[in-house]
Amino acid sequence: MAKTLEQLRTIRGEMEPEVAVRQTSHDEVPSEIAQHHIMVCAGTGCVAAKSMEIIDEFNLHLEKHGLQDKAKVVLTGCFGLCALGPIVVVYPEGSFYSEVKLENIGRIVEEHIKGGNVVEELLYHETVQEDGGISCLSETPFYKKQMRISLRNCGVINPEIIDEYIGVGGYEALAKCLTELSPEAVIQEVLDSGLRGRGGAGFLTGLKWQFAARTENEVKYVCCNADEGDPGAFMDRSVLEGDPHNIIESMAIAAYAIGASQGYIYVRAEYPIAVERMQVAIKQAKEYGFLGKSILGKGFDFDLEVRLGAGAFVCGEETALMMSIEGQRGEPNPRPPFPAVKGLFGKPTVLNNVETYTNITWILLHGAEAFKKIGTENSSGTKVFALGGAITNVGLVEVPMGITLREIVEEIGGGVPDGKAFKAAQTGGPSGGCIPNSLIDTPIDFDSLTAVGSMMGSGGLIVMDETSCMVDIAKFFLEFTEEESCGKCTPCRIGTKRMFDILTKITEGNGTMEDLDALTELSAYIKDNSLCGLGQTAPNPVVSTLEHFRDEYEAHVLEGRCPAGVCKDLLQYFIIAEKCIGCTLCKRVCPTDAIIGEVKQPHEILLDKCIKCGACLDACKKFNAIIVK
Amino acid sequence: MPNTKTSVPFVGTTEQAAKLQAVIQRHKGQRGASMPVLQEAQEIYGYLPEEVQVMVAEGLDIPLTEIYGIVSFYSQFILEPKGKTHIAVCMGTACYVRGAGDILDDIANHTCCKSGGITDDGSVSIEATRCIGACGLAPVLTINNDVYGKLDRGQIEPIIDEYLEKAKAEEAAEQE
Repeated sequence: MAKTLEQLRTIRGEMEPEVAVRQTSHDEVPSEIAQHHIMVCAGTGCVAAKSMEIIDEFNLHLEKHGLQDKAKVVLTGCFGLCALGPIVVVYPEGSFYSEVKLENIGRIVEEHIKGGNVVEELLYHETVQEDGGISCLSETPFYKKQMRISLRNCGVINPEIIDEYIGVGGYEALAKCLTELSPEAVIQEVLDSGLRGRGGAGFLTGLKWQFAARTENEVKYVCCNADEGDPGAFMDRSVLEGDPHNIIESMAIAAYAIGASQGYIYVRAEYPIAVERMQVAIKQAKEYGFLGKSILGKGFDFDLEVRLGAGAFVCGEETALMMSIEGQRGEPNPRPPFPAVKGLFGKPTVLNNVETYTNITWILLHGAEAFKKIGTENSSGTKVFALGGAITNVGLVEVPMGITLREIVEEIGGGVPDGKAFKAAQTGGPSGGCIPNSLIDTPIDFDSLTAVGSMMGSGGLIVMDETSCMVDIAKFFLEFTEEESCGKCTPCRIGTKRMFDILTKITEGNGTMEDLDALTELSAYIKDNSLCGLGQTAPNPVVSTLEHFRDEYEAHVLEGRCPAGVCKDLLQYFIIAEKCIGCTLCKRVCPTDAIIGEVKQPHEILLDKCIKCGACLDACKKFNAIIVK
Repeated sequence: MPNTKTSVPFVGTTEQAAKLQAVIQRHKGQRGASMPVLQEAQEIYGYLPEEVQVMVAEGLDIPLTEIYGIVSFYSQFILEPKGKTHIAVCMGTACYVRGAGDILDDIANHTCCKSGGITDDGSVSIEATRCIGACGLAPVLTINNDVYGKLDRGQIEPIIDEYLEKAKAEEAAEQE
């Protein structure tokens, strides 16, 4: 219970030594707590790689050796290096075990926990130095340039235990607001920090709050946009899974600032673990009195409810999201009136994205000045990116604004794997664009990204190598927006369909140069005339690829050739007779019997029967007798 | 987006109906109740055929057209049941650039089931799903909610066969 400030401080005092052990590498642990903290990532990626079984296995082995009091297994949030999951970090040393398998657990417990010797060969290779020394996680290339504000508690606390959150200073920011700051002062602090919305558009958060605060109405709402629909973005999911109380606290602060007493968190239903952890956290916050009537006895009421999305990308748009909470089709409405004036159920509403909220508590605890010092002048703070695609270190990274794309891709991301070359980075999902190799030194902030034809978006950053065809990628995104267009306004509904049709035509080898002009013209029209952000930004993938990769479009149109070898209709499969030994493997895997030839005789592909599925190519890896051109 | 009427005959038990009524009662009067009720209804029945939509509409006193409007708008509400073995291939960008498209084609070929469809005997259904957020495991897919990641072409077919054989064995056991 933490009905009063004193109770909150007592819990914090009790928990602080526990959570302090897990912040960095330590030499000693206070004698009254468990000497080893075994942190097991329980984010979606690691859970899919069986991390829950790993937790059970650890407990089993600890019990077997009678070590339950000496070591503690902690379920925790995302460490970021999702490609190497399941991840286990053991403190006080901070040993980073990657790709842990169930059969490794016994050894870790026996040698490391019991014997005191880190099992070197199971560690993440970057933490093992050439001389055999073991470096701390924060010194590896993946973590060195990162700065964790949004994700500060992920990997440190157990998200399902409210006391642990209190231990890292949780609910102190809310307590500070309720006891020391007026609502105006809270808004001023957020304004001074320069925090801009992390959902994509980058609007000043403090300003949004101020508008809502100044609109007079007895009923107001605060909402959290956790409808993370950008394919390839999963930072919001990781925060909800790893630090749900942070969202609750920040939303309560927003509610206090604008004068609301009810909040809604709108979460994608595709994130079952996030939904569950959020619900657990809300239940605990209610029990502790951080939600409900007269929080901390200060007369401020606030309650919170989780609402699930149902798979509509457009619901990430604020007016559509509110329609969905109201139980209607998630179709956007024209703005103005803006939600701050007339939003959910017709009342003034503040809607912020998950990542935006995670910064609020930090700003109030450390001050706007400290926040402003991070990042660039017009984009203060950090940004979380979900690094994916053709990159070695797939995962979640949080970097100060202003870092260059090159630093993220080459240093943090570890570059493009398999010796392939970096071709482009796609940011902002279906609303963003592709940044080519020539612009790899672009600093990552709101304004620079817009200047190169992309956008920050929610933070998906997909790296592409030479095997990605940019026309195909543009088509991929337009297929997405065309399907997700809600159909309310014509420019988006029909425009995206037309663009998709033209792109399909080009990838099938039937495009003309006029089609490229038509794409440019349609793009401008859709951008200017669509009702909401989905339509207004839908042409971006096409505009940016046309600008930076026009030669690829022209190769498709003029030469009937796909330089990356992706567009199936433009490819033909051949067998090089000199290399073929007649093993019949390709013939057997061909689903359409398009390959003919006798045993030990060179085979041949019948082009009219071939459906270009690529099965023969995979089957012939040993001899490489099949080529595509 | 689903916009076809259900072709599979609806079979509902009184138990399911009672459960749904309880859900409706719990949410009745709440603002924006239709979405949570439909979500729970889909959990009970596995999909939302016309018969279930009617029950929800009547229970919440909302016109059926409005309920159908909501059901057909959101891609997660489905009007056709899923197959006994349901394969969902993630088509997020990270999976796509790592070859999820080819894997989806392979699976469709292997199971003789169209993407987004269900086989006539109801044994297999395939879905090209939106990003499930497990980009670290790209390309990734789920079979009846079990996750398989970091796939190469050719790896998934034997796993699917295991599921199919298991389903067949279960069916045979049920008939006995």
